[in-house]
Amino acid sequence: MRSITTTILTLVLFATYIGIGALAHDTHFSLFWALASTLFVWAGPAQIILLVALGSGATVIQAALAVTVSAIRLFPMVVSVLPMLRMPETKKRQLILPSHFIAVTLWVECFRLMPLVPRERRIAFVNGLGLGLVLSSLTATFIGYHLAANLPPLFGAAILLLTPLAFLLSTARNCKQLADVVALVLGLALFPVVSLFNTGVDILISGVSAGTIAYGLHRWRRR
Amino acid sequence: MSDFIGDWHALLVLLLAGFLPNEVWRMLGLWLGGGVDEESEILVWVRAVATAILAGVIAQILVVPPGALASIPPPLRYGAVAVGLVVFVAFRRSIFLGVACGELVMVTGKYILG
Repeated sequence: MRSITTTILTLVLFATYIGIGALAHDTHFSLFWALASTLFVWAGPAQIILLVALGSGATVIQAALAVTVSAIRLFPMVVSVLPMLRMPETKKRQLILPSHFIAVTLWVECFRLMPLVPRERRIAFVNGLGLGLVLSSLTATFIGYHLAANLPPLFGAAILLLTPLAFLLSTARNCKQLADVVALVLGLALFPVVSLFNTGVDILISGVSAGTIAYGLHRWRRR
Repeated sequence: MSDFIGDWHALLVLLLAGFLPNEVWRMLGLWLGGGVDEESEILVWVRAVATAILAGVIAQILVVPPGALASIPPPLRYGAVAVGLVVFVAFRRSIFLGVACGELVMVTGKYILG
């Protein structure tokens, strides 16, 4: 439990979900919708993208496509976290709930905290941490939804800036190898370039190429 | 009560455009990542791609900002994040200080510019 309360990321997550609650209110979704989106989607940027897309009159298919592309990052995140949880006798269904909880915050915290947790307790640890984070985010969504009408625009902008700031710094802190640093820097630099082509899957293209270049550099240096 | 739940159409949209697009990737990771070893080379690549896609999401929010963030001029948005990053590196990788200073730059800048 202490690992939740002591981390700045939890505060950032809380503020971000106040923002998402407020955004849901402003785009005329119900409170239940906002809470269900936090519980089931459980990925801040995806929720922001979904709300902005639907609020600006995009079709369901356009919104689904934008969210799907932003969510591709969850795949490698799950792939890289699960080996830390698994033991020879672990069954796949025991890993379904931990997989659902994986999002940026939990991914970052897994790499930071998991080495301190004995392997046989790691699934329970992730479930506990995930549940704690989801519950506090549901509370924040609820608060944000009700505050929405009273929030000044500058406050709204400040909350929306939290996501890129906190994501950037927490990812930077998690960079252990050269490949991670190169992937982060190249990923930032390539997106604006690729987005000029407006492919609809810009993030996918810039992400896979930047990640692969970073990996190539890692291979090349090890030789 | 119906105010609280809203209409069923919106919930269906949430399922199709919110829940499924995210959960598909997580479950695919669970399914296909099954046999990958913790120390394997492929995981280095997978992590690099995850990091780079996340970097893309960060860049997207800054370059094509949602909602109220669009009211902040681009140089101020980039400047605030740059200051946050510099402070983070300078002060023993403190996420708290980096985020706080970045936010301060944006709010102060916007206040001065009006």
